[in-house]
Amino acid sequence: MSNGRFILFACLVGVALVAASMFVTNEYYVFAAYFVLQYVVLATAWNILGGYVGYVNFGTTAFLAIGLYSAAALNKWLDLPIPALIPIAGVLCGAVGLVMGYLTIRLRGVYFTIATLALSVVVQTFITNWDYVGGSRGLYVMRPSEVPVFGSYVAYLFFLMTVLAVAAVVTARAIERSTFGFGLAAIRDDETAAAASGVPVLRLKLVAAAISGGLMGMAGAPLPFYLTYVEPTSSFSLAYTVNSVAMPLVGGTTSWIGPVIGAVLLGTMQQAMTVLISSSVNLLVVGLLLVIFVIAAPNGILGLIRSKGGKKPDPETNPLAAMLVTEKRSSQ
Amino acid sequence: MTMSEASTAASELLLDARGVTKRFGGFVALNNVDLVVRPGERLGLIGPNGSGKSTLTNCLCGALRTDGGSISFAGRAIDKLSSYQRARLGLGRSFQLPRPFHSLSLLDNLRIPLVYAVNARGGTHLSEQQIRARSTELLGEFGLGGKLHRLPGDLTQVEMRKLELARAMATDPTLLVSDEALAGLSHSEVDEILALLLALNKRDVAVIFIEHIMRAVMAFSERLVVLVAGEKIADGEPKDVIADERVIGAYLGQ
Repeated sequence: MSNGRFILFACLVGVALVAASMFVTNEYYVFAAYFVLQYVVLATAWNILGGYVGYVNFGTTAFLAIGLYSAAALNKWLDLPIPALIPIAGVLCGAVGLVMGYLTIRLRGVYFTIATLALSVVVQTFITNWDYVGGSRGLYVMRPSEVPVFGSYVAYLFFLMTVLAVAAVVTARAIERSTFGFGLAAIRDDETAAAASGVPVLRLKLVAAAISGGLMGMAGAPLPFYLTYVEPTSSFSLAYTVNSVAMPLVGGTTSWIGPVIGAVLLGTMQQAMTVLISSSVNLLVVGLLLVIFVIAAPNGILGLIRSKGGKKPDPETNPLAAMLVTEKRSSQ
Repeated sequence: MTMSEASTAASELLLDARGVTKRFGGFVALNNVDLVVRPGERLGLIGPNGSGKSTLTNCLCGALRTDGGSISFAGRAIDKLSSYQRARLGLGRSFQLPRPFHSLSLLDNLRIPLVYAVNARGGTHLSEQQIRARSTELLGEFGLGGKLHRLPGDLTQVEMRKLELARAMATDPTLLVSDEALAGLSHSEVDEILALLLALNKRDVAVIFIEHIMRAVMAFSERLVVLVAGEKIADGEPKDVIADERVIGAYLGQ
C-alpha cells in the first residue's frame, strides 16, 4: 500500500472510531477508548527510537509530563485551546528529545536507558517545585461541560486523540519505508558498519529522538483536560514508562503495526481489569506478559505470526536482546 | 628530488597519511606511521597480532580519531571528517569480523551504502530501480545472486565474507581497506575471495590488503608494508620486504 492510500485508510479508521463514539451512550467506554488511543500514540512514539533504532528509552513519563504540564501552564496563563496546545507541546518535547539525544545518545545499551530514566527524575523534581502549576499540591483544570458539534467534552477529547493516533501511526509507517527508516535499521543492527556505509549515525539518531519525544509530548497535551486535576506523583507514574516499553515489545518492534497491536491489547486489558478487579492488578499483568514475551516470543506477536510462515524469529531485532548483543560485541 | 617533483608526486597519491599516531591511555598503538597509496595500487599490510593493523584501518576510515599526524585522501585533508563522510568520499572498508545488518535482507544490506554513500555523494542519483539493479548485480558478482531476499543469518562463513566485501564495494570506493577478509577460510575459499579482490582492483579500485596468510599476500600485493608494535619497519617490493632481516626477525621467523 502506498503512503497516500495508507493515510486514507488510517483516516477512515479514525472517522469510524469517532463516529462510533458518537453513538455510545455510556461515556465510560469513550473514556476508556481515549486511554487506549493515548497508548497507541505513546507506544508508536517509543517504537520510533526503541524499535527502529534500538535505543531503549525509559523516559516516556518525562516527555508525557512535559507535554501535560506545558499544556496546563499555557492554558492557565493564556487560556489557549487544546488544538493550539498540542503542536506547542510537540515542538517543546521534540526539542527536549533533541537535547537529551545530543547529551546521551552516544551512550550505548543500558547506559542510554539509565540516562533517560534520570531525565524523568530531573523533570519530576522540577515540576514538583514549580509553584505556578501547583507544585506537589497539583492543579485543577477547568473544562467546559459542553462543546459545539461533539456535545460532551470527553467525545471532543476522544476526537483529538484519534487524530493524534492516526498521525502517529502514519508517521511511523512512513519512516519505516523511507530511506531514513533503512538508515535507522542499519544503525540498530550495527552502528560502526552503518557509518562505514555512509550513514550519518548521530544525525539520524537525533532526528528519531526528536520525532519520538515530540509525539509523546503531543499525547500529553490533552491529558490535563482528560484528568481535570494534575499533580506530579500520578503524572510521573511508572505505568506510562512500563506500558510504552511493554506494548511495542508484546506487539513486535520491527513494524508500525506491532505497537498498535500491543497498545490495543494491553490497554484494553488494563481498562477491563481496573474495572473488574482492581487498578493495582493491571500493572502486575503487564509485568507478567512482558516476562513471558521476552522469554517465549522475543519478537512479539508479529514475530509469532511471521514464524508460522517458516521464518525463524530473529531475537536480535528485539531491542532488549539487541542491547545484550551490543554489550557482548563491545566486550570483544 | 626537486620541489616540483615532490609536489607532483604528492598530488598523485590517493591516500597520504603522515606521522599517524594513536595512543590508548599510556599504550602507543601507532607511532608516527607514514602510509601512502597510489590510485589503483594493491598494497599488502602485514604484521603480528596487536601490531596496530586494525587500529590503522580504524584511524584511516574514521572509526578512531588520531592523536597526531595528518591523513589526506584524494588531495583532501580528512582528519576531521567522520567515518560516514570518509565513506562518501570513496574510502570503503570491510571489517575483520563480518558486521552485516542482520535484520535486513542481502538486497537491503547493499541498499544502505547505495543510498547513503553513493547517492549522498552528489552527481549521479540512483533511482529505486537502479538501486535494485546495482545491488542485484553486485551480489551476483560475489556469488550471492541466489540469496537476494535471505537474511545474513542464513549465510555460511565464506558467504558472510563475500557480503562484507560486496557491501564495502557498494559504496563505490576508490580505495578499499580489506581487513583480514580471508581469516578462517579454507584453501579454496581463500583463492575465491582473492580472485574477487583482484577483479575489483582491475576496475581501478586501490586496495589495502591486511592479511596473515602469506601465500595470499604475496600473490596479491604490488607493494608490502610491515607493522610491528605500532611502527612501520618495512615498505617496498614484496620480495625485498620478506627478505629483510628485521621483518624475518619480528614477524616471519626463520
